[in-house]
Order: sequence, then structure tokens, then C-alpha cells
Amino acid sequence: MVSKRAKGLGAPKPAPAFAPGDAVRIASRPVVGHCRTPWYLRGKTGVVAAVQGTFRNPEQLAYHKPGLPGLVLYKVRVKQSELWSRYAGPARDTLEVDIYETWLEPVR
Amino acid sequence: MGEPKRKNMLRKGAGGRAAHDVGGLEFGPIDRHEHDLALWEKRTDAMLILLRDNKRRVLTVDAHRRMIESYGEQEYDRTTYYEKWIRSVRNLLVEQEVLTPEEIDAKVAEVRARFEAEGRKVAKETVPW
Repeated sequence: MVSKRAKGLGAPKPAPAFAPGDAVRIASRPVVGHCRTPWYLRGKTGVVAAVQGTFRNPEQLAYHKPGLPGLVLYKVRVKQSELWSRYAGPARDTLEVDIYETWLEPVR
Repeated sequence: MGEPKRKNMLRKGAGGRAAHDVGGLEFGPIDRHEHDLALWEKRTDAMLILLRDNKRRVLTVDAHRRMIESYGEQEYDRTTYYEKWIRSVRNLLVEQEVLTPEEIDAKVAEVRARFEAEGRKVAKETVPW
């Protein structure tokens, strides 16, 4: 479903920098103000599972700004063992999280 | 069923996290007891929905989150879910110049006085800004 807020995003939509299957690192940087990237994910490596669409930037919406241009949001799949050093579950266990493009770096 | 007991949790090894950003820290078991919502909590929920609708657009869920995240650790841990919400709604109404702090304080004092006159239970504490 497309929300009314999302409709205001206008054209052209930004081309996604990453595609499903790409290896990515979640940026590790301090942040001043609001952001949607939890601390425990920063600096962790995963794989793009899906491109979720383009959304207004929550880091600007939080301060009553329009949040434009919109940001591409990705579903990133991270191994649980990458997140927790003492993870005792099966090695195939993963976590899927929504991360904005500005928080992703390519892994070569 | 009452609210779960609250205590201040040490953010051991938490680095530069904000008070809310505690994923993965050792906080012990989670109290999973259900509890009923009070009328004021339902009203708080309704207010937030109305204030963010397309007619009013006083706030966004993002601004709401930012306001809740601005609490220090001690206030963050001490307050319940909807106590965080009502403080945020009030602060955003002021930030967006819908109401002034004076107007809100005057109304709270008026309601408090009315409740006391009627012999109703009045919360002693005020919500910190």
C-alpha cells in the first residue's frame, strides 16, 4: 500500500545503489539526533535480501522537515552469528532488518 | 494486572548509544505479563493518531520517536510506554506552537483542582518536560 506521504515523493525516484544478493556493511558511525539504525547492527556485514522502496528520510521527518529527496530502503539479511559472538543457535539463522541506503556501504 | 516493576538498567559497554537503543545489552528476562490499558492510555493513543493525520499533521511518528529518545536513561527506564507517549505529545504540541507551556500547565492545574474538589484520585507527579 502506498501512503499519502509516500505519494509526495515525486519523480524521478533515485536508482537503488544495491541489488538483492549484494554484500553490504551497515555503517558504523556516531549519530547526532534521530536515526533508525540500531547500535547493535553498526559495522555488521550482511546481504541485500530485497529493495523495499523509496521513503521520506526519517532523520529529517523527525525534525518536521519534508524528508526529501526520498531514500531507498533495503531489507538486509545478517547472520545471527555475525551479530552475537556467543550465538548458540544454528549457523543458518539470520536476522532481516530494514536499513536506509545512507547507512549501507559496499563490501568488495 | 499492574504494570511491570521498573528499575534503572546499567548500560554496560553501551558506548555512545542513546537511552532507548539497548538491543543486545544484558537486561535479564523480559516480564511478559499482560496488563490492561487505562482510559488515559487509550486517549493518549487516540490523540497521537489524530495529531498525525493528514488534516492536522502536527507531528510525525519520526518526531514522536525522536522526542521519546531524548529522555535520559533514568527517565527512560522509570517511565511506562504511554507515559513516554504523553510527554512526547505534549512536548511536540509546544514545539509545533499549537499550545504554549503556560496553557498546558494552566489546564493541568485546573483539572487537578477540579478532581481534588470532587474527591477523585490525583497523580502527585508531573511529567517532566
